[in-house]
Amino acid sequence: MENILNIKEVSKYYQSADTSLTILDKISFSIRKGSTVAITGPSGSGKTTLLGLCAGLDHASAGSVELNNVLLDQLTEDQRAEVRNRYVGFIFQNFQLLPTLTALENIMVPLELRGEKNIRPRALELLDKVGLSARADHYPVQLSGGEQQRISLARAFSNTPAILFADEPTGNLDGETSEKVIKLLFDLNKEAGTTLIIVTHDMDLASRADRIIRLKSGLIVGDEQKMYV
Amino acid sequence: MAWRDSRKNRSRLFLFTSSIILGIAALVAVYSFRDNLQRDINNQAKSLTGADLTIDSRKAISKPVMAMLDTLGDQRARQLDFASMLYFVKNEGSRLVQIKALEGNYPFYGEIETTPVSASKAIKNGRNALVDRTVMLQFKAKPGDSIRVGKISFAIAGYLDNAPGQTGFSATISPIVYIPLRYLSETGLVAFGSRIHYSYFYQFNQPEKIAPLLKKLRPTLDREGLDQETVESKKRDTGRSFQDLSRFLALAGFVALLLGCIGVGSAIHVYVNEKIAAISTLRCLGVKAWEAFFIFLIQISFIGLAGAVAGAALGTGIQFLLPLVLKDFLPVEFNMQVSWLAIFQGILTGVIISVLFALPSLLSVRKVSPLNAIRLSFEPEQAKKEPLKWLVYLLILLFVTGFSYLQMNSWTQALIFSLSIVAAIAIFYGLSLLLLGLVRKTLPAGLSYAWRQGFSNLYRPNNQTLMLIVSIGLSTALIATLYFVQGILISKVTLSTEKTQPNMALFDIQSSQNEAVAALTRQYHLPLMTQVPVITMRLEEINGKNAAELAKTDSLKAKPKGEENERRESSSRAFKSELRATYQDKLTSAETITSGKWTGRLRSPSDIIYVSLDERYADRINVKVGDKIQFNVQGMMIPTVVGSLRKIDWVKMQTNFRIVFPRGVLEEAPQFHVIMTRVPDNKVSADFQSQVVRNFPNVSVIDLGLIMQVLDELLGKISFVIRFMASFSMITGWIVLISAVRSSKNQRLREIVLLRTIGAKGRQILSITAIEYFFLGLFSAAAGMIIAIAGSWALAVYSFGSDFQLPVVPVLILFCSVTLIVVFTGMLSSINVLRRSPLEVLRKDS
Repeated sequence: MENILNIKEVSKYYQSADTSLTILDKISFSIRKGSTVAITGPSGSGKTTLLGLCAGLDHASAGSVELNNVLLDQLTEDQRAEVRNRYVGFIFQNFQLLPTLTALENIMVPLELRGEKNIRPRALELLDKVGLSARADHYPVQLSGGEQQRISLARAFSNTPAILFADEPTGNLDGETSEKVIKLLFDLNKEAGTTLIIVTHDMDLASRADRIIRLKSGLIVGDEQKMYV
Repeated sequence: MAWRDSRKNRSRLFLFTSSIILGIAALVAVYSFRDNLQRDINNQAKSLTGADLTIDSRKAISKPVMAMLDTLGDQRARQLDFASMLYFVKNEGSRLVQIKALEGNYPFYGEIETTPVSASKAIKNGRNALVDRTVMLQFKAKPGDSIRVGKISFAIAGYLDNAPGQTGFSATISPIVYIPLRYLSETGLVAFGSRIHYSYFYQFNQPEKIAPLLKKLRPTLDREGLDQETVESKKRDTGRSFQDLSRFLALAGFVALLLGCIGVGSAIHVYVNEKIAAISTLRCLGVKAWEAFFIFLIQISFIGLAGAVAGAALGTGIQFLLPLVLKDFLPVEFNMQVSWLAIFQGILTGVIISVLFALPSLLSVRKVSPLNAIRLSFEPEQAKKEPLKWLVYLLILLFVTGFSYLQMNSWTQALIFSLSIVAAIAIFYGLSLLLLGLVRKTLPAGLSYAWRQGFSNLYRPNNQTLMLIVSIGLSTALIATLYFVQGILISKVTLSTEKTQPNMALFDIQSSQNEAVAALTRQYHLPLMTQVPVITMRLEEINGKNAAELAKTDSLKAKPKGEENERRESSSRAFKSELRATYQDKLTSAETITSGKWTGRLRSPSDIIYVSLDERYADRINVKVGDKIQFNVQGMMIPTVVGSLRKIDWVKMQTNFRIVFPRGVLEEAPQFHVIMTRVPDNKVSADFQSQVVRNFPNVSVIDLGLIMQVLDELLGKISFVIRFMASFSMITGWIVLISAVRSSKNQRLREIVLLRTIGAKGRQILSITAIEYFFLGLFSAAAGMIIAIAGSWALAVYSFGSDFQLPVVPVLILFCSVTLIVVFTGMLSSINVLRRSPLEVLRKDS
């Protein structure tokens, strides 16, 4: 199957006056289209930095990142934004909804940025899928944490992304709510056939992925692929 | 702890307090100016009066009283001054000036400043004159040239640079020419109807004797209708008039300070909200609620102190500008010194007011639960009832009222001022809410995303939208109102320069000259637009009571206060001053009867004489239709009854009179005449004036063009002073905007990064940011303009009695300028936010 993400010899280091701090050190891996991958590791291992580089949120110090056949390293910030808008969805630990927009408007944002028309039915459909049709006109502050994360899920799927990045998606939720959100995430993902990359500490969540990449001190120390019979 | 906690926020906190810097600077500058001016007035009061005692009269003093006055003091001098035409022989130019005919060694203190210095002495030694420098320059005259005053010529001894008590501005309005008194009679200018002001100056070797002497003389002086001025009374009067000015300036500064404080209060509110996590952590670690409160109170107090000290330093610098702005109005030589008292007052005011306005937000610190540290709460905090906040609001109102009282010395005025400020802010607040609500409801759903997102951003959590609209709107309103009022005043004057209106007045025409002057006017092909007789008279009795009896009646009543008291005073003054009346059989186009019945002609000598009074004058002297007034016309008592009251349109350029007699009463009384005409251009004006001065030296000419020029200059100077003070509010509004943009930086950063993460391009983010500030600027400008237009309309209609026509182009220019400044400032302050890496912020957030 075709790869959606190719990471080759990627390094990230920060240079201060006389010291150099290496966050990621010559990392390489590829991810197949439609697969689910969990990136785990202790704090400071470079998980979020890796996610940022994969999603085109940051530049690598060395190496190359190819997302959906687009080489990100040579692109300007605006070109990378266009790539993200076209192919990428995001889910954050802190939900990151725009506080000034209603639930429905938050879901519509990625489509509006694309300049698409008649997007309301699509947003309402997604809102229905996450079970929050009744909350369409509510602002984020009027929603619970679980509800906000469900809106965030709907937004992430609104532009039918080729790849979805989730950064500790249950980090701020209690056990019961986490379970519901995870189920919804995997269901929506399966339905849309999206590639899912989850950064998490939660080994239960990681174990649901097809593949687990373990990071430590900026290096890949484990890459487990689930074997299906 | 307060110190340690502030380490990462000091620059941000200082930005908050920068909003108060200009307000404090304005106050310190005004206080220092006031202190310095009062000191200079005290030090220079003798030079202002030039004498220990001055006795003034508007009529010639009777012989017995004059004999008594001639015994006063150790040195005496006298001066007669009046308006007359000055004629420059060399270039045939002429201009209306104030002639001061002087005798004696006045001024006894200070000096008449001249160039060359010796010129001031030269006028005592021959037919020499001192001529105001500006007039000399206007007519390109030089010392040694000849001028003619009335029938005789004088040699110009030198430029008159400054006369005692003269301000730069009074010299512009009424330029002075000194001549020796002994030549006055030869000028032929002292004739019937000449309005002469008599001044008698006295120098005392023992000034302490003046007060008891005046006490003894007062009944005689009052009976004769004489005014007296001493060094002490001059100090008091000059101090008082400048006290009013400095009060106005201080209140203007205070408004800027209040605007800044609203900004500080709002910024601290955002700051405290962002600090909730840190506060809850401190609470977890055992810090008590009040201790947490004091940590932030100490921070704010120190930052307030820093802002106040910076403001005081700036104000001490700005105080050097005030004398430059006000120099034309200052009667004394101004010596600027640092006023430590003013600095102390400014700093104290700054600290108190910044703490007071921060307190409502700071009090919330006590309510932050330690639970916030271990559990993220997504439910909005329910606003808990906080009685202490109401106490703080009350304290703020008390402070504002107290401060205003210190400026105004009247609790009523202070309360009205404070409540007006509260009302103005409330109106702005309401108007802003209305505008926001209206646009929110009417914003088309089909509008592009950037427009909708930009507008929605005004509603972000902890937004300062309303506060910004209030502060920017208020400063816009100040500037716009000022501009509109200036326009109203100028249009009133311009109206009087329309081609159908006269633009030149010839007065002091004796009856014997009346026809000849009219003939000369016709000879120049100039229209005789008005030709009226003027009769000088005095009030003798009102309803059978003379001045003394009316004063006695008044003294038996409880002494009225305020405006009523001032009215009574002018009522008794009405008996002292000379009145100028006319007679006519028809009303002029500027007059309308508002009550009673107009009588244009006396049918038989035995009929009751019904006079018509200007309604405002009637109100001032407290008479109504049917009241009896006895006038003293050059010794002849004429009993009259008030037959009607007239409303007069004083804007029209024509002779208007407070008292109008019917025809058939005053025709034989001693009188002089006024002729009004219209000259087509400056050349004809100059030629005609020269001819009038040559043929009729006693006739004075007022050229409206010159008056317009002076008025324009006066308005320009006054509006510059007001604009100077209003600029403090305007710049404060701008700083509050910068501070608000900076204080919401974290929130906006999160929004922008999120938009970037989900694929927004730089152009889209820039558009959203620009649109947000566009709406903010638009609402601020709209609120400010609405208030300014409403206020100016009310001023035009109710205060100036004229129509208000909206100056569309200036309104649009001001409107667009305010909006653009807000957009530009918002974009400039946001630019570094746009440059931040998305990952950096997302990482920080998680």
